[in-house]
Amino acid sequence: MRVPIQGAIDCDLHPAPPSVEALLPYLDDYWREQFAQRHIDRLPFVLTSYPPSSPLSARPDWRPASGLPGGDLATLRRQALDPFGTRFAICNVLHGAIALFNEDMAAALCSAVNDWVAKELLDREPRLRASILVPAQNPELAAREIERVAKDRRFVQVLLLSMGDMLLGRRPMWPIYAAAEKHELAIGIHAGSTYRTAPTASGWPSYRVEDYIAYASAFENQVVSFLAEGVFAKFPKLKLVLIESGFTWLPTVLWHVSRDWRGARPEIPWIDRLPADILREHVRFTLQPVDAPAADQKALLRTLEHMGSDRLLLFSTDYPHWHFDGEDVLPEGLPEGLIRRLLVDNALETYPRLRGEAALGDNAPRKEAVP
Amino acid sequence: MNVPVREAKAAKRLAIVDCDIHPAFRKPADLYPFLSERWREHLTTFGEHWRQGLSGQLAYPRMQASGMRIDALPEDGTPAGSDLELMRRQHLDPNGVECGMLVSLSRGGMEERNLDFACALSRAVNDWQLEAWIMKEPRLRAGIVVPQEEAAFAASEIERRAGDPRFVQVIMSPRASDPIGHRRYWPIYQAAERANRPIGLHSAGYSGGHPSTGAGWPTYYIEEHYSFMTSLQDVMTTLVFEGVFERFPKLKVVLIEGGFTWVPSHCWRMDKHWERMRKEVPHLKRPPSEYVREHFWYTTQPVEEPEKPEHLADLIGWIGWDRLLFSTDYPHWDFDDPRFAFKIALDEQQKAKVFRDNAKSLYGLK
Repeated sequence: MRVPIQGAIDCDLHPAPPSVEALLPYLDDYWREQFAQRHIDRLPFVLTSYPPSSPLSARPDWRPASGLPGGDLATLRRQALDPFGTRFAICNVLHGAIALFNEDMAAALCSAVNDWVAKELLDREPRLRASILVPAQNPELAAREIERVAKDRRFVQVLLLSMGDMLLGRRPMWPIYAAAEKHELAIGIHAGSTYRTAPTASGWPSYRVEDYIAYASAFENQVVSFLAEGVFAKFPKLKLVLIESGFTWLPTVLWHVSRDWRGARPEIPWIDRLPADILREHVRFTLQPVDAPAADQKALLRTLEHMGSDRLLLFSTDYPHWHFDGEDVLPEGLPEGLIRRLLVDNALETYPRLRGEAALGDNAPRKEAVP
Repeated sequence: MNVPVREAKAAKRLAIVDCDIHPAFRKPADLYPFLSERWREHLTTFGEHWRQGLSGQLAYPRMQASGMRIDALPEDGTPAGSDLELMRRQHLDPNGVECGMLVSLSRGGMEERNLDFACALSRAVNDWQLEAWIMKEPRLRAGIVVPQEEAAFAASEIERRAGDPRFVQVIMSPRASDPIGHRRYWPIYQAAERANRPIGLHSAGYSGGHPSTGAGWPTYYIEEHYSFMTSLQDVMTTLVFEGVFERFPKLKVVLIEGGFTWVPSHCWRMDKHWERMRKEVPHLKRPPSEYVREHFWYTTQPVEEPEKPEHLADLIGWIGWDRLLFSTDYPHWDFDDPRFAFKIALDEQQKAKVFRDNAKSLYGLK
C-alpha cells in the first residue's frame, strides 16, 4: 500500500556516489596530486555489492537515460521524496572508499564524500539528512572523522558496512561507538561486504543473488556480536540501525540468544538481563526489503507479532534499489498503529538529531557555527 | 530410585527415534585396528592437520565439561559418549529410544587437510562405528562419514556401504573448503542419490578455512554457537542456487543441530530475491522454497523457546510437521530431553510424526 500520511521519515535513500573528479575540490593538495599522478581520479570506486546495472541496484523506472541511478537531485526529489510525502530522508552514500586497504586514502575519501554530501545534497535540499561515511578499516581515523563532521547536525548517524574487516561488536571498533554516542548519532549498518573474507561460513558462492541472501545471515551474526561483546552495556544510549538487512529473521535471534544465554551467561557476565529485551531496546531495522511471502499476508503479521514490539521498524524506500513497484512501499494489511510508528515515531525515537528538529516543526538545516 | 520409575513410564510412552547421538572413542588407540600401519604411524607422528591455530581442541571452549553432560562422563575417566552401557542405561532405555542415529564428529577426516589421510580416517571411522557400536547395539544406526574434499573417494565409500542397511545416511561437513553446492562435491550427491541415503549435515566447531560468519570470526562461544544456524542457512542457499536439486531430484538433505525456526524467513528471502535476480540463475526452474520443501529435513535439538511458546507452532506449521526429526544430541551438554523439549503441547499425530514417523519414513527404518 501507499504511504497514507504526510511527514514520513525515509531512513534509507541512496544518492549515487560522486565521481573522484567531483571530490577533488574536497581533497588536499597531497591527495589531489596522488590521485592525478596515479590515475586514481579515473577509478570507479563502485562497491562490488552494488553493481549499478544489476536488477537489485535500481528499479527499471528509476534508471536514468544516462548517468548513475540516484545521480540527479531533481530526479531524486521527483521519484524518491515527493511521492511518499517524505519529511526527512537519510542519505547513505555507499562510496567504495570503505573497501580500500589503504586506510589513509580511505579516510581522505570519506572526508571528501561527507563534505560533498553536505554541499551538494544537504545544502540544496532541506528534506535530506545523511549518514557519516567513515574509514572503519581504522577505527581511530573513523572516530576522528565523526568528531569532525558531527558539528553539522544534519548528519544523524554513522554508516558502517555489514561485512568488513571484523565482526563489528569487537572492541577495536569501540572508538567509533564512543564518538557516536557522545554526539547523539545512531550507528547504521548497511548491507554489503568489503569481501575481506568469503561472505559465507562455507566459502565463496557462485552467484550474486547468493551473496545478497547471505547478507541477512551476517546481520544476524552482527546482532549477536554487539550483544555478546557488551557494546550496549558500555554505550547504553547507542541505537543500532540495520539498513537493508531484512527483519523477518529477528524472532530466531531473540529466541535463540535468550535461550543460549541461560547456559552461556558466565561467559559474558556483563549481559545481566534477557538478551531479547536488550536487543529490542537498541536495535532497529529499515523496512525494505520486506522478506515475506507476498501471497500470505498473515505470515508477515504473525512474524511482526513474534518480534514482540512495534518500535523496531523504520520506514525506508531504499531508493533506487528495487524492492517494490510503483508507490506501494508498505506491505498490505499492517495495523494502523504500526504504520504511524514506522513512518514517523520510531525514527524520531532512534535519531535524537531528528527529534530536535521535528520539535521545531520545520526542515531548516541547523548547522552549528564553525569557529 | 528415579530410574525404575522412568523405565516403567518409558514402556507406556511412544518409542522414539533420536536423530543425533554422538559416539566417542574411549582412547585414541580405538581407531588403530581400522588403520593401516602407514596411517597409524602418520597419526601418532604428525597427528591431524586442520585449518585452525589450536591443535586437538575446539577453538571456542564450551560452557561445561568440554560440551558434555556431567552425568554422561563415565566413572572410569573415559570420554562422554564412549561407554555403550552408560548410553543404554542413561538414554536409550529410559527415553524409549527405538532407533538412534550415530553422528560421528571426531576423526572422520572431514576436516583433515591431507586428503589421503582423510580417506583412511573416514573408512576407519565407518568400520569402527560398526564394530564398536552397531554390532553390539541393534537400536543404533551408523552414518557413512566421508571426506568431502576428496569427492571421488567419498562416492566410492558410499557405494561400498550402500548394501549395508545399518548405514542410513551420509555424513559430511557443512563447512567445507567451498560452498557444498559447488560441482566438485556433486559426485557425493550422485552416489547418495543412487544409494538412496540422505546427506546429513551436522553443524560443528571446525571450519573448512572460512570464518564462522560472513563478517568474520566471533569472539565468544555464544556467538560461535549462533553461527551453527547461519552456516546452515548458507548451506541451504548453496545447495538450492547451484542447482543441486535440479541435477539430483531425489536427493534428501538433513540439517542436524542447526535449528529450524530460521527456515521460513530464509525461504521468504530466497524467493523474494530469486524473483528479482532469476536471470542470473536460469538453471533454477522453481522458487527456492519449493526445492526446500521437497528436499530438506531438520533435527529438532536445540528446540527454540519463544517468549510466547505458541509462536513456535506458527513456525513449525510453515515448515511442515512432516519435516522435523526429534534429536537429543546425547551426550552433549545442551541435550534435549524428549519429555521437556517442546514447550508447546503437541497433539498425538504431531508427536508421532516428530518423535518417530518422520525419521522412519525418511531413513526407511523398519
